[in-house]
Amino acid sequence: MIKVEFLGPIGKEPMEVEAGSLKELKEILNKDESLKPWLENSAVAVNDKIVQNLDVELKNGDRVVILPPVCGG
Amino acid sequence: MVEIFKGGIPVIETLERWYEECKLEGYGAMIPFIGIVRPDNGIEGLSFDLYLPMLNEWFKKWQNLKEARIMMAHSFGDVMVGETSFLCAVFTKHRREGFKYLEEFVEDFKANAPIWKYDLINGKRIFAKDRAKKLPGAGILSEK
Repeated sequence: MIKVEFLGPIGKEPMEVEAGSLKELKEILNKDESLKPWLENSAVAVNDKIVQNLDVELKNGDRVVILPPVCGG
Repeated sequence: MVEIFKGGIPVIETLERWYEECKLEGYGAMIPFIGIVRPDNGIEGLSFDLYLPMLNEWFKKWQNLKEARIMMAHSFGDVMVGETSFLCAVFTKHRREGFKYLEEFVEDFKANAPIWKYDLINGKRIFAKDRAKKLPGAGILSEK
């Protein structure tokens, strides 16, 4: 299982999914209409490291976080 | 580690503590930056969410500078107008490199620190979308 967390203003509870890669996860997340606008501008981190392409394998226990645009200060 | 406060940061107390900690370390300049919540558009204040694991990871590269030391504090939760939500101080031998570091550090902070800001209007949190910046790789999970 992969744990997916949605940070900041997305306001969605964490979920656990079966996905072997980021490509698979992309398909799963896009089934949720309310998430689509966030996916357009959110970055993705696997085990707290930002990834910039979809060629990433996921293994059991990995944590994925979805990070919407940031604004500190 | 970034120092984290619930609500407004105690500015003078924190700066004094940093000053005492660093004043005998050979730095000739301490440049503080105090980020004060402005009363723009009638807001009551701002509110913040942080993602600490990646915030601390981001800050690490600013903690290993050879010729400068940077301290930083940030709030989570509600911070009212006139209070401070972001505080940092740059210590360097001379002021010039200190001002340079301060500018670079705050720019990087604004673009990359995993923090989300909300306006507080009538007690409600409204995500400050227009002021937010996309992180690297943003949009890779989108079908668009």
